[in-house]
Amino acid sequence: MSEQTPPEDLTPEALPPEPTAPQPLIDQPVLRQVTKLLIPFVIVFGLYVINHGDYGPGGGFQGGVILAAAYIVYALVYGLKEARRVVPRWASDTLAAIGVLFYAGVGLVSMFGGGTFLNYDFLAKDPASGQPLGMFLVELGVGLTVASVMVTVFTEMVED
Amino acid sequence: MIPFLTGGLLMICLATALAIVRIRNLFACTILMGIYSLVMAMIWTSMQALDVAFTEAAVGAGISTILMIGALVHTGSKEKVREDERSGPHWPSLITVTVTGALLIYGTFDMPGLGTPDAPVHRGIAAYYKSPESQHRTHAPNTVTAVLASYRGFDTMFETAVIFVAGAGMILLLRREETADGQPVNAEASSAAPPEPGSSEGEAA
Repeated sequence: MSEQTPPEDLTPEALPPEPTAPQPLIDQPVLRQVTKLLIPFVIVFGLYVINHGDYGPGGGFQGGVILAAAYIVYALVYGLKEARRVVPRWASDTLAAIGVLFYAGVGLVSMFGGGTFLNYDFLAKDPASGQPLGMFLVELGVGLTVASVMVTVFTEMVED
Repeated sequence: MIPFLTGGLLMICLATALAIVRIRNLFACTILMGIYSLVMAMIWTSMQALDVAFTEAAVGAGISTILMIGALVHTGSKEKVREDERSGPHWPSLITVTVTGALLIYGTFDMPGLGTPDAPVHRGIAAYYKSPESQHRTHAPNTVTAVLASYRGFDTMFETAVIFVAGAGMILLLRREETADGQPVNAEASSAAPPEPGSSEGEAA
């Protein structure tokens, strides 16, 4: 490390010029294949976190963020246009609304079952199966909304 | 053992926060904020608040960092130094921050010790949430999820609605008119919000 001055033939003038634009990530085969390999596992982990919230740490919010992270990695490597082909704009917009409506719908169903709003005891025949079912459905709604909103925030910010 | 661990991690947090204040390179700042979130996640883990740690790691260190970098694409990564910043600290804000910080630290003297069983938060209804009776009722071994999704389901519903509103605001503020692959849903949304006021606001800002 003591030799800091470059040799004569490697002066900055002789070196190739710095590339002005960074190389697109899609041109790097290792990154492309690793992303392809990684994304299914990230998605499965996200779904696991959403559905397993009542047994371990996690829930709809964290799982939704992980799902969105899988999509964002895909968009970073393959480009926004390709990513928008996988989840079009209208799909993420609609899913964000559907998540909230689904949550509220669970509340309404328990109302029609004879209970109060979001009282999961009345979702199934007995409270013992209604409570886990209600929590599962509600977390699903949260996960849908969070994932789609995070996707929307990212794409709207990067798009130009 | 655990207090030393938490204390050491808090020291790293403090150092990271000071570095974030001092550094002018916004990209380095963003990465430091991610590091700060990761260290905070470790602190939550050492306090056995796994759900909070998970959220901190996923949201604070993961998504926020990516969104910050997405914003840096538009702003550039070098912070501008204003002329009045060179002359020295801004005394009114320094005094305000110091007094507020001192008041907050003073407020912690009245707080119960960490993990005290008879702290006010553990009396009330929280005792029921943690009881075996409650676990039998909700069939959720993780009390945090039982409280969030079942006992306080109404709150969580509106939290979800707040996230939805954040996404809707993002769409209204930043979405451009799409010409090539404009979907029918989009066309409705863009016709509902006329483009003229949005563009004039953009020029004014």
